[in-house]
Amino acid sequence: MASLSIRNVQKRYGALDILKGVDIDVGDGEFLVLVGPSGCGKSTLLNMIAGLDDISAGEIAIDGRRVNELHPKDRDIAMVFQSYALYPNMSVRQNIAFGMEMRGVPKPERERAIGQVAKLLQIEPMLDRKPSQLSGGQRQRVAMGRALVRNPKVFLFDEPLSNLDAKLRVEMRTEIKKLHQRLGATIVYVTHDQIEAMTLATRIAVMRGGELQQLGTPHEIYTRPNNVFVAGFMGSPAMNLIPALVSGGDGGPMVRFSTLDGGAGLALGADLARRVRPGQEVLLGLRPECFSDLGDEHSRGLPTFACTVELTEPTGADLLAMLTLGGVETVARLRPDAAVHPGASAVFAVDMTKAVLFDPASGVRI
Amino acid sequence: MKASLSMKRAETSDGERGATPTGARARRPSLIDRIGDQLPKIVVAPTFLITLVFVYGFIAWTTYLSFTRSTMRPSMVWEGLRPHERLWGNPVWHTALGNLGTYALLYIGLSTLMGMLLAILLDQRIRAEGALRTIYLYPMALSFIVTGTAWKWILNPGLGIEKLMHDFGFQDFQFQWLVDPDMAIYCLVIAGVWQSSGFVMAMFLAALRGIDGEIIKAAQIDGAGLLRIYARIIIPMMRPVFLSSFIILGHLAIKSFDLVVALTGGGPGNATALPATFMYEMTFTRNQVAVGAASAVVMLMTVCAVIVPYLYSELRPKGGAHG
Ligand SMILES: Nc1ncnc2c1ncn2[C@@H]1O[C@H](COP(=O)(O)OP(=O)(O)OP(=O)(O)O)[C@@H](O)[C@H]1O
Ligand SMILES: [Mg+2]
Repeated sequence: MASLSIRNVQKRYGALDILKGVDIDVGDGEFLVLVGPSGCGKSTLLNMIAGLDDISAGEIAIDGRRVNELHPKDRDIAMVFQSYALYPNMSVRQNIAFGMEMRGVPKPERERAIGQVAKLLQIEPMLDRKPSQLSGGQRQRVAMGRALVRNPKVFLFDEPLSNLDAKLRVEMRTEIKKLHQRLGATIVYVTHDQIEAMTLATRIAVMRGGELQQLGTPHEIYTRPNNVFVAGFMGSPAMNLIPALVSGGDGGPMVRFSTLDGGAGLALGADLARRVRPGQEVLLGLRPECFSDLGDEHSRGLPTFACTVELTEPTGADLLAMLTLGGVETVARLRPDAAVHPGASAVFAVDMTKAVLFDPASGVRI
Repeated sequence: MKASLSMKRAETSDGERGATPTGARARRPSLIDRIGDQLPKIVVAPTFLITLVFVYGFIAWTTYLSFTRSTMRPSMVWEGLRPHERLWGNPVWHTALGNLGTYALLYIGLSTLMGMLLAILLDQRIRAEGALRTIYLYPMALSFIVTGTAWKWILNPGLGIEKLMHDFGFQDFQFQWLVDPDMAIYCLVIAGVWQSSGFVMAMFLAALRGIDGEIIKAAQIDGAGLLRIYARIIIPMMRPVFLSSFIILGHLAIKSFDLVVALTGGGPGNATALPATFMYEMTFTRNQVAVGAASAVVMLMTVCAVIVPYLYSELRPKGGAHG
């Protein structure tokens, strides 16, 4: 296993800047998840780590050794592709063995390695089938097997689960997590799936337009997003961003925002209060679960406001209430049996310790 | 069926409403409906009839003739297997079959090889690919007669390559394959390959472009060099293209006629006679229609032997097993 460092890596196609200088350090045994909107350069970055694309500027090092000029086969990495990229003319066994064969591993050793991996991934009964005779989940496991059997320094995964149905995806996600814990491998993993990112990652890198927006643990990314983009990108439903105004009050600064019934104000926590001044316009970032109704024991001692509920959406596990705060649609996630009704006013408690504030002009967290 | 149903509907509405404008309007669509329903059949019918008569009818007619006493003109007098016996007793027929074997083997093999190599080179995204592809594809647009004539001039000792080399000052240069009975068949191969490899290239190129780039990336990471990626992964994935090109080139080879006529006329001697030229000669110049028909039947059966398994494997409902 190994560490991976990406230093100011850039990629240009002609005049097009695809990656504008990305810095990421991945420690030994870390599970880094890359997320970002489509076309932001995640696959490009992964390909550059693998050596499939050349690096326009910057440096990539594995275990402290610069690999910019190294051929993919000499970088000791393994990659699992979104389309699995199994060799269709070869059996599962040959698919898994191909890399070792190319490296001149003797046959008995190959067989032993295949046996181990097949057992680990439970693909033993399919070893002699062709990829076209496998289901999506089985193919995915073969693709993993092909990567695992080599025991490389770094694993790269490019949206490996995106072709699977929801149930299988959850199963495979758990498998990958277990695998990471068992092998302690260094992994870079690209996904579009919020939950995959949150559950698998030891750290998440959020990218946008070829730039790194934030690099941090899932908890950091979720609770302390660097900017409005990260706040809106991670979490589902997304973080509410309510235009608000800071005003001085008896008990310290408050944030005031309009509601359908007039206006409301919430006292800022001491930590946030220090960073704003009265009269400042801010975006108040509140996750849906920061809200609770008064019947909820979590609401005790929290600042409250009243507001008309426009719509409720019971999801089973909880109740989503739609409000309009500061002129934007806001989602509150409440207990399933919260006493709120569409069209009626209700009182909400807000956990302001979890609130974040953004500068409306730059979008950066205050 | 549908038409008659809609007719009935129109009639009842007529009966109920009399000659009201609504009734009149209801009748018009029914007529259009009727024509519309029949239209596909009407359009296809002439083609179907023509095919039935001029393809399958004449296949049957030829097969029948090969068992008759036809000489200069078709005759209906049954003679059993005699024409077939005469065919197989004719040494020229055996020469023609031997020539076909040599020609088909080399023509199919070299066209496929050339086509594949060209496609692989083009797939490396060289410059001016569009222009090159067009250039390679052009020969396919020519008729075999043109190809044959052009190559006749090129290969002719007094006109083509040999003369050119002499003019350059290489007086000893000799290239007389066209008039050499042992080598003339290879002239056919050269011209045929020249004509067909562009087409084969187009088929391979389409298949190469269809390959998922991630497979090649995966192979690179697995440590395979370019040569091994082609040998172990890409070319084996081209199996369907090999099959298609074999079928297409195979039946082109078996029915090769115009190229021979234009390039060598079957000569020198019978050195480049092929079954098709043999058949033509027997039927139209030697007044042995029955023997000609018999040779045509043998050719038909050969083409069938090539194509039927192909059609069978292509049209069979696709199962999981494949590739
Ligand atoms: N060969 C190329 N030439 C020019 N531009 C390219 C090339 N390959 C990729 N790009 C551009 O680079 C950008 C990043 O592509 P990339 O595949 O890395 O996106 P991604 O983040 O993986 O997106 P997705 O989530 O949809 O897979 C895209 O805008 C794409 O158009
Ligand atoms: Mg991608």
